[in-house]
Amino acid sequence: MRGIGKSFPGVRALDGVTLNLFAGEVLALVGENGAGKSTLMKILAGAQPADSGEILIDGKPAQIDSPRAAELLGIGMIYQEFNLVPELNAIDNIVLGSEPGRGPFINERQARERATNVFAELGIELPLNVPVARLSVAQQQMIEIAKVLSRHARIIVMDEPSAALTDREVDRLFAIIKTLQARGAGIIYISHRLEELPRIAGRITVLRDGAAIETRTIDAFPPDEIIRAMVGRRLESHFPELPVLRADAPVMLSVQNLFHVPMVNGVSFEVRSGEIVGLAGLVGAGRTEIVRAIAGADIPDRGEVSVRGKPLRVHGPRDAIAAGIAFITEDRKAQGLVLGMSVRENVTLAHLRQFQNRELLIDRDKEEEATDRYIEELRIRTPSPEQLVHNLSGGNQQKVVLAKWLVGVANVFLFDEPTRGIDIGAKAEIYNLMVNLAQNGAAIVMVSSELPEVLGMSHRILVVRGGRIVRELSRADATPDAVIAAATGAAA
Amino acid sequence: MEQAQIHADLTTQAKEDKAKQARAYWMRVGGAIALLIVIALLVNVAAKGAFLEPGNIIRVLRQITYGCILAVGETFVIITAGIDLSVGSLISLSGVVMAMFANSMHFGGFPLILATLIVGLALGAGAGYINALPVVKLNLPPFITTLAMMLMAEGLSFKLSHGRPVPLESGDFQNTGIGFFLGPLFSTLHLPGLPIPIIWMIVIVVASSVLLMRTRFGRYVFALGGNEEAARLAGVNVATVKTMVYVISGMCAAVAGFLLMSLFSSGSPQTGTGDEMLEAIAAVVVGGTSLMGGRGTIVGTFFGALLIGMLYNVMNLLSIESYTQKIVLGAVILLAVVIDELRKRYLRRA
Repeated sequence: MRGIGKSFPGVRALDGVTLNLFAGEVLALVGENGAGKSTLMKILAGAQPADSGEILIDGKPAQIDSPRAAELLGIGMIYQEFNLVPELNAIDNIVLGSEPGRGPFINERQARERATNVFAELGIELPLNVPVARLSVAQQQMIEIAKVLSRHARIIVMDEPSAALTDREVDRLFAIIKTLQARGAGIIYISHRLEELPRIAGRITVLRDGAAIETRTIDAFPPDEIIRAMVGRRLESHFPELPVLRADAPVMLSVQNLFHVPMVNGVSFEVRSGEIVGLAGLVGAGRTEIVRAIAGADIPDRGEVSVRGKPLRVHGPRDAIAAGIAFITEDRKAQGLVLGMSVRENVTLAHLRQFQNRELLIDRDKEEEATDRYIEELRIRTPSPEQLVHNLSGGNQQKVVLAKWLVGVANVFLFDEPTRGIDIGAKAEIYNLMVNLAQNGAAIVMVSSELPEVLGMSHRILVVRGGRIVRELSRADATPDAVIAAATGAAA
Repeated sequence: MEQAQIHADLTTQAKEDKAKQARAYWMRVGGAIALLIVIALLVNVAAKGAFLEPGNIIRVLRQITYGCILAVGETFVIITAGIDLSVGSLISLSGVVMAMFANSMHFGGFPLILATLIVGLALGAGAGYINALPVVKLNLPPFITTLAMMLMAEGLSFKLSHGRPVPLESGDFQNTGIGFFLGPLFSTLHLPGLPIPIIWMIVIVVASSVLLMRTRFGRYVFALGGNEEAARLAGVNVATVKTMVYVISGMCAAVAGFLLMSLFSSGSPQTGTGDEMLEAIAAVVVGGTSLMGGRGTIVGTFFGALLIGMLYNVMNLLSIESYTQKIVLGAVILLAVVIDELRKRYLRRA
């Protein structure tokens, strides 16, 4: 892959990335969340078109304009989320889309043969006749591998293949990868687990901010240098100054021994009035699940959440809202907004009671007044309060979500990835707003995968791994290396 | 300076946008009305003037009454991205039960009418509640739960009535079914007045429209259909709102059952076992409500029911046989939704 570039509205996802993969090699691709790994691989797999650059296979330029084209070129993808049909068995899944047989009939014998051949080659044994949904994650993954292999894939991309596996299963996986390697396949192995890379990878490429920063052989790339390459040195000037936390600021939010198995495993922390606490960690570490449990989006198994010292009984989001907790979700399109509704209707949705008149009808003038106020205050770029939020940009949609919670009287704000997918200008505005909220005495918990954001916007950082808080860092002690080391479990 | 410029730009843009929205609205409403008028005039010519006669217009309105009331309830359900297949059978069941109840009472007059209506409404509400329970608690598809209710209600109405209509012993319901309102006003048109069932329909359409467009509950119905998870996280009591839409649908079916029972002076198990439910859904969809949820209006449903009613009426005036009528009706429904979709795409591009 040579000079690959890709932009999304407001974001430059890839900036001229060049990547070489040799036959019979395992190349590890590492980088922070949002560094561009997934986008790069989607381009290779034909799931997304590149804006610029070219892809050469065996030295020849290749046109990869669809997943089908990628498959014909011998490129096989194993995504984190498997692409198996859960109700079909292993054989049917492997031959799906390229069934052997004549006319409309499937030759079951040939299909079985093809599947068993691939499994034999890989040294895998698993039940062939049960729906794959009943198999373990590791077994499903093996079926995925067998599937791409049965299509003669010579370039195989694995996205975080070890993330959901036990240690023994990882051993199996590595054995299979060695087999693939011996057959001459080139493998791109994406992983967050730096400690496992020496066991499997030949070379490592670090991706950062959409660019390939450095490639070295594994022996010449010790973990601390990998981390440094991943984090880099960045401009951090666009963060506003955090308000000074008063020594006598009362505890606003207290979380004690919170469990929501398997993702939240005993979490305790406190946030004071005027404080911004950052929850750092890798994707899948349980950060989102922690705030969801606090907000009543999921009902925790046990543990206690109190606001201003008053314990809550949370049976759902309504109870949390009533206690003054606002939850700004990670995925605003799926969870934060009703896209087919107007700005006005979204802004007032969580607090409609405030906009009722005595006849229990909604007072539209009152709604419009409030909406206009927040459009101005948050500088939401919308032609009118009646615009459907569907038509707004990501940053403005996020501001609508914020406005929805500012209408109420919340004093605990849970932000989950508050600036994901929005442009720099809107980001700065959202940071300023968070600072304003803190100045006015709100307690803020911010989940973020962007390290500079966590470092720049938190009074205190809690690092989450495996659903637990594994490290607490004050603003002064928080360095990128310390956070990444705690998040990946690498010895610091 | 720059700020002022931006602000000015925004204001102009706001004005343009409002104008654009107004245009879109009038294109829609005006388009619908214009289309109806054109069709009406053409048909009137074809039917040699029989169509636009006041008596015939009243007849059309009267014929759509029951279907329209059914469709109004169905609109609430469909906006939440649900469906209610049981409404036809609930007409029959409520009619039979109300007739049996009225016959077993020893008083008459207005108290009897009121008590009977309340029994019917309670039955419809209860059936709607049962429809909603598995949907809300177990997340089962409403297609299945209401299909089951459709079968059970139909079977029960035949069982209770032994398959025969239950004649009303009291004549007190006559006025509700075939009575007239505002007689003197209509006498100049040589009409006996506005039939009572039409009054029911107008009241239900207006009240439902206010409920849907102007209240918290109505807003939640849209939010639920648009994005259930976002609504839940915004503190909307999803279970209650969902339950209520099926209860409303069941109660609308009971009102239709009440009016039909009054009309025929008997509660028949066969009243709602024809195409009633399918036509109600068709009216909702033709009226611009999205089966995917999140979008729709009661007024649109009224026009949808009106279009279907007009079509039947016209075809009868032109003495088109009933088999052909169904073919035409199906084609018109398809055409209506295709045109609506094309119009939306056009507006989106403009």
